[in-house]
Amino acid sequence: MDLKELYQEIILEHGKNPKNLGKFENFNKDAKGNNPLCGDKVHIYLKTDENKKISDIKFEGEGCAITMASTSIMTELMKEKSETEVKELIDDFLNMIKENSELKSKNINEDDKIKLMSLSGVKKYPMRVKCATLPWHTLISAMSNKPGEVNTEKEE
Amino acid sequence: MNINNIKKQFPIFNNKVHNNDLVYLDSANSSQKPQMVVDRIYDFYTKEFSNVGRSVHYLAVAATNLYENTRIMMQKYINAKDPNEIVFTKGATEAINLVANTFGQKFLREGDEILLTELEHHSNYVPWHYLRKLKGVKINFAEINNDGEITIESIEKSITPKTKMIAITHLSNVTGAILPIKEITSLAHSKNIPILIDGCQGAPHLKLDMQDIDCDFYAISCHKMYGPTGLGVLYAKKKWLDTLPPYQGGGGMIREVKKEGISFGDLPNKYEAGTMATAQVIAFGESIKFLNQIGIENIEKHESELTKYGEEVLRKNNSVKLVGNPKNKGSVLSFTLDGIHAHDIATILDEDGVAIRAGHHCCQILHDKLGLSATARASLGVYNTKDDLDKLNESINKCKKIFDR
Ligand SMILES: Cc1ncc(COP(=O)(O)O)c(C=O)c1O
Repeated sequence: MDLKELYQEIILEHGKNPKNLGKFENFNKDAKGNNPLCGDKVHIYLKTDENKKISDIKFEGEGCAITMASTSIMTELMKEKSETEVKELIDDFLNMIKENSELKSKNINEDDKIKLMSLSGVKKYPMRVKCATLPWHTLISAMSNKPGEVNTEKEE
Repeated sequence: MNINNIKKQFPIFNNKVHNNDLVYLDSANSSQKPQMVVDRIYDFYTKEFSNVGRSVHYLAVAATNLYENTRIMMQKYINAKDPNEIVFTKGATEAINLVANTFGQKFLREGDEILLTELEHHSNYVPWHYLRKLKGVKINFAEINNDGEITIESIEKSITPKTKMIAITHLSNVTGAILPIKEITSLAHSKNIPILIDGCQGAPHLKLDMQDIDCDFYAISCHKMYGPTGLGVLYAKKKWLDTLPPYQGGGGMIREVKKEGISFGDLPNKYEAGTMATAQVIAFGESIKFLNQIGIENIEKHESELTKYGEEVLRKNNSVKLVGNPKNKGSVLSFTLDGIHAHDIATILDEDGVAIRAGHHCCQILHDKLGLSATARASLGVYNTKDDLDKLNESINKCKKIFDR
């Protein structure tokens, strides 16, 4: 039963056909994330406009269905969001995955909430939580344009 | 050999995993432990515990004898000339670090080369990598062929006049390729190059005879040989242990310690500084007994039949691609599934109690070469059965069902 919760249709769909896969020319921020235990890798590219709004976001990467789906869903959600909104969403998502709480953000609609909640199945699979959180940590790093790579084994 | 009886000797199989019988296919990572090994650890701590080699009381003398007895059992098991050629370490990783560090210190200079292969585990690359920075040595990698094998020709091609050490695996923990280590050793020696064999995957499955192989160093991981964790063995020819400098410093490995200077103890103490993994060493004696009771020839035969069966079953399954196709293959079945990442496979299999490993298996160089970021790996031990491989195949089919929804 838990497996069905983990591999919900939304996840399989995004995992197989991830949105925003690729790279674009005029990005102004980017960051790489790596989960060395699994070999999952993501490279996130951002374009932020003068108001610090994300005007475009894409990613390159390879990994398990969870990593790919999480990155795909995240990139869809972040388009046209302001810096503060992005930060709030990241916090909200990471809290939901790690601390078992609901999503609190008022900046997302019901559809998006359902998509994000579909990733909460990883809670029952502690070894897989990192797969879901990798792109989110990588996005934090891209936003702050920190040099170096996000490494799931160096966190916390 | 009655296989069902062997499984019965491993208490882990009395447990359920997610309400299923355990199908343990991760022995290349670490093997399960027979009851006699588990009991030996318990008995030693409850009835016989003492530190070894330091006190004259009854328990210390008895423990020292037990500890040294495992050394002699190991010497016989691998047919080393002298018990002092057996050094206990914390694992194969430490055994290789010991050689890289001490050999590097004494014999390597800038521009010297070390020859590894593309099949090596990180444990047989990273310790040598330190010498790049420390000594300016160069590391070369003998290339695999399309079947994921290392041939003698590939080694021969990569040897240069500057090669000062060859360090290669006995059996690949990914493709399962068994390397022609006897021939490679003889080639190395014909050019006056010493050779280290990473025997982690060889020792639990193949008959070992150090006189026949004639290698200079052979590194063993006891936890993959039905023994306790925290223990490895370095076999090294005595001439090396006599000439190389000590590795770690501390108690037990010294002869005399003065403010002005220190002299070091004799073998085997020279390389066993500090309190060693006493209980593990003593319990490892039981692992050797266990292997001898079944007979390594019987284990080889059983595992080789199972490997062939596993290959057959997986080849028939159209969505499975086996990684590597070596002619001489150990009991490792690495594979990929179209459209399903290794980690998703491992999670789904786990739900059925089927324990495999997913990832690069500490072999990034090899995975880069194969163009794969991760593979799934089923690896066998003495307790596995054809039934285990059928269950593996069933669970693989379940992965497809879940992903093809
Ligand atoms: C080929 C190979 N070399 C080295 C090692 C490391 O051995 P240990 O765990 O004893 O340090 C392993 C085990 O993971 C291995 O498979």
